[in-house]
Amino acid sequence: MSPLLETMRRETLLVMRKKSDVLNPLVFYLLVISLFPLGVGPAPETLARIAPGVIWVAILLSVMLSLERLFRDDYRDGSLEQMLLSPHAGAGLVLAKVLSHWLMICVPMLVLSPLAALLMGVSLKALVAMMLSLLAATPALSMIGAVGAALTVGVGRSGVLLSLLILPLFIPVLIFATAAIDAAAMSLPYFGQLALLAAFSVAAITLAPFAVIAALRIGVQ
Amino acid sequence: MFKWLHPYAKSENLYRLSGKFLFWFGWLGFVGAIIGTVWGLGFTPADYQQGDSFRIIYLHVPTAMLSMSGYLGMAIAAFIGTVWQQRHADMTVIAIAPVGAVYTFLALFTGAVWGKPTWGTYWVWDARLTSELILLFLYLGVIALYYAYEDRRSGARAAAILAMVGVINVPIIHYSVVWWNSLHQGATITVFEKPKMDTSMLWPLLINIVSFGLILGAFTLMRLRNDLLMKEGHRPWVKQVLEGKH
Repeated sequence: MSPLLETMRRETLLVMRKKSDVLNPLVFYLLVISLFPLGVGPAPETLARIAPGVIWVAILLSVMLSLERLFRDDYRDGSLEQMLLSPHAGAGLVLAKVLSHWLMICVPMLVLSPLAALLMGVSLKALVAMMLSLLAATPALSMIGAVGAALTVGVGRSGVLLSLLILPLFIPVLIFATAAIDAAAMSLPYFGQLALLAAFSVAAITLAPFAVIAALRIGVQ
Repeated sequence: MFKWLHPYAKSENLYRLSGKFLFWFGWLGFVGAIIGTVWGLGFTPADYQQGDSFRIIYLHVPTAMLSMSGYLGMAIAAFIGTVWQQRHADMTVIAIAPVGAVYTFLALFTGAVWGKPTWGTYWVWDARLTSELILLFLYLGVIALYYAYEDRRSGARAAAILAMVGVINVPIIHYSVVWWNSLHQGATITVFEKPKMDTSMLWPLLINIVSFGLILGAFTLMRLRNDLLMKEGHRPWVKQVLEGKH
């Protein structure tokens, strides 16, 4: 079995043994969304207008919360150091870890998003655009977030620091995603925005692993 | 060039060299900023549309331009520090960061003061204002990451990586917010076109841009020298410096 698949199998196994790591961000995601009708009032037209933005912000926040565990446990028990010393250390290892993070954190959120959109009364056109934008952009979120997680791995209690590092970097993704959804709601073409989001993901997958590796090497020193 | 640069990898030589630069940067910047500001605020003609309120341009444009140049300079230092393993370059990253953050804050503050008489509001979610605000957050992230590490050297290297990741994002953030929303006026000064400003108003602005840049450099050098002294506190040359025998 290739090292990439082996790492992914290991990550999946670890999550299956400790399911709260995956379930807590999901519950948080639904909780944030259900706070908004309470905060801004239950008028359906207001909710339908702000819903895609709210869902996107909730996803950004719960992805960010889930990132802390990406390297933390491996760092604490020393296996991260062994991984970096192994001959397979490099972009592939990081890709495998981040891909498992995306599969186990982002994909369940994607599956729950239509439900959240339904709760907020989003129109079908906006819903389709929202799902496509999430599909195109969540890999970029996982990848950029991994850089932040790697930079803070040597720092104890990194939660708030992590948000300060990566939320500014998430902003372009948020802007283009909401632009795509707005365009869809007005029956305009939104392929351009989707293509840009996909381009973000591709660029992040290509460039971020090198930053992650460099940051991890500082962290384990 | 590396042969020429090599002696300055030694902290002592770098301290001396930056001392010489600091003298010129500091005085030229200080005098230039006074000339430019007094000229701009007191002796230029008022704008036919905005009246006297346009004069804040003499503080707003230099701080806004240099907040971005400062970030770029920080990223260049970070690149040098990461590629050639120059620890002084990593220290420079941290020396620039708070100065750049203050410039960014000043640009936002003067912009808000200017916005009130011109647009009738202190703050709008306009493209340039938003990207300047995000730039402030990026600076604060670099500073926070540095101080989160117990080991100063690891902190400086981590901050350098963050600065490089950030500088790739600065143009993306800028263009994304430009497409998102735009109310701010277009650039007044561009390199290749004739400026859209009368020369009597332009000269003090150019003087201020250069002087504010020198002041940014001077503060950076002061912080760098201070860091060098703190880090090398056990070395004999620091003792000599502190006893006044330069």
